[in-house]
Amino acid sequence: MSRATREAYRDSLLPLLKQHPELMCLDSDTGLFNAEYAATAGDQYLNLGIAEHNLMGMAAGMAACGRVPFVNTMAAFATSRALEAIKIDIAYNRLPVRIMATHGGLAAGHLGPTHQALEDLAVMRVLPGMTVVVPADAAATEAFVEQSLNLSGPLYVRLGRKPSPPLPAAPPPVIGQAQTLRQGGDVVLASCGPYPVLACLAAADVLAGQGIEATVLNMHTLRPFDAETLVAAARPASLVVTLEEHWRSGGLGGAVTETLAEAAPTRVLRLGMPDQFVDEVGNQEHLVAHYDLTAERVVKTVRTALDTAARSGRPDREVVTT
Amino acid sequence: MTATQVLERDTLDSVAARIRSHVVDMCAGPEGGHLGGAFSCADVLAALYFSVLNVDPQRPDDPDRDRFLLSKGHAAVGLYATLAERGFFPVEELTGYGRPGSRLMGHPVRAVPGVEMPTGSLGHGLALGCGFALAARYAGRDARSFVLLGDGELQEGSVWEAAIAAASLRLDRLVAVVDRNGLQLTGSTEGIAPMEPLADRWRSFGWAVRDVDGHDPSQLADHLGATPWEPGKPSVLIARTVKGQGLPFLAGRSASHYVTLSPRNHARAVRALRATEATG
Repeated sequence: MSRATREAYRDSLLPLLKQHPELMCLDSDTGLFNAEYAATAGDQYLNLGIAEHNLMGMAAGMAACGRVPFVNTMAAFATSRALEAIKIDIAYNRLPVRIMATHGGLAAGHLGPTHQALEDLAVMRVLPGMTVVVPADAAATEAFVEQSLNLSGPLYVRLGRKPSPPLPAAPPPVIGQAQTLRQGGDVVLASCGPYPVLACLAAADVLAGQGIEATVLNMHTLRPFDAETLVAAARPASLVVTLEEHWRSGGLGGAVTETLAEAAPTRVLRLGMPDQFVDEVGNQEHLVAHYDLTAERVVKTVRTALDTAARSGRPDREVVTT
Repeated sequence: MTATQVLERDTLDSVAARIRSHVVDMCAGPEGGHLGGAFSCADVLAALYFSVLNVDPQRPDDPDRDRFLLSKGHAAVGLYATLAERGFFPVEELTGYGRPGSRLMGHPVRAVPGVEMPTGSLGHGLALGCGFALAARYAGRDARSFVLLGDGELQEGSVWEAAIAAASLRLDRLVAVVDRNGLQLTGSTEGIAPMEPLADRWRSFGWAVRDVDGHDPSQLADHLGATPWEPGKPSVLIARTVKGQGLPFLAGRSASHYVTLSPRNHARAVRALRATEATG
């Protein structure tokens, strides 16, 4: 059943607040938490208003005094407007603040580029000590919220907005461990987030029908990055393709290319948002299709690369522009 | 040793004088330092650490301690001198300031005993102080949280985000001190971005406000020790100060903001401080 990852977060937090009095839910008037929720959470829930820098600073101050705050804001505001407070007050002090960032990627849809976050993963994954996760569905969100209780440092969780489909049955996701959703020896498809992971699974089905076997990795944790699983999958493969709802620089594709450049001589093609701001109205599904972050695109990319390599006897060096 | 025991053999004025003396020595080192802003808040720091704050250098992590943040982190040399004088680390360590291998960086870092949080990028301290105060309330502790702000720093919007939050949460164990020396790096605060009537601004944000002489440590200690001044309201003390206070050749000049004292000027500064002490 389709369910929004941000709602899964909200619903999983309340029982945890009851069990763990040190947890706090600090909100920035996001509307995710209604009056009934606030009443149930008692004084562990606070709406601090539309002031994201102050939100991060107060969370850091409380965390320095033994509290564990979950802070709620949109990904765009967390990682752009409040970035300095996250860097200095939270990350520098290695404090256990949980930044729960909704409207990640293109999830803000028709709300437009001010509310879309296509740079957040690049920004967050360079901060020392920051754990960065992108749950691909509601169940993974619940798992990560629960597992955050065992993290001593800061955490960034990229959430969606509207309901998104569940992943097919897979081993339970664990922060820091890439999920291998499918095994295949020819190519590796690596992605994170609801639509990209589903697109890679669908692409793998199509490719299998054409005699190309793909390993599909859900790289839901961008930091700490599971280089071991990635390198093991990539070493025997002739090609790695990454797909993400993020500008092509600095996000998952960035993490994969950095890792493989150092550890395995496998070609990587990065698929993501083209180098532009969204310029038309559309919900998330529409924008994902419009900017071609799709299974068809993955299939085409793999086929073109392999065909060219077969014809020329060497890997295709043509730059893929998206 | 409690602050009161320390003061049995001392006065707040002489503590402030020693803080300034250390600052002068540090600013004669290879990197220099933010002398002007450290001098303007030296009396506030003396009042806080030697009269007001419930802190114990032997137990810097005591959960019941009062917490202090130097939001105007560039005055680090003043804070280091104060913490050393108060016994958080040996006074001799101050000679390492700004030298390779020392932990005494140009802005406060947590590696220095007594520093609660790193500061330096302006506009962060008050939100952190709100977090301290809120956490103390949740824990049922009486501890107070003090934040020293620069007046130029008030140009950062995040200060006012935190001022709104503190008032709306009725954080009356939170105390802000504004080091109102009227100068910033390149000139006067009023010439660059007028902030007056400053007391009215804070009052309109829901704070209890006092506007006092920032160079009378006993009086500062009396005011700060009596917080909260109004139940349910955070307190802000506007300390009227002079940048570079006590050094005739730098006092009241924005040129005192960052200074690397030559041997000649170091000697001049030392003589000036001795003269002030003798007449004071």
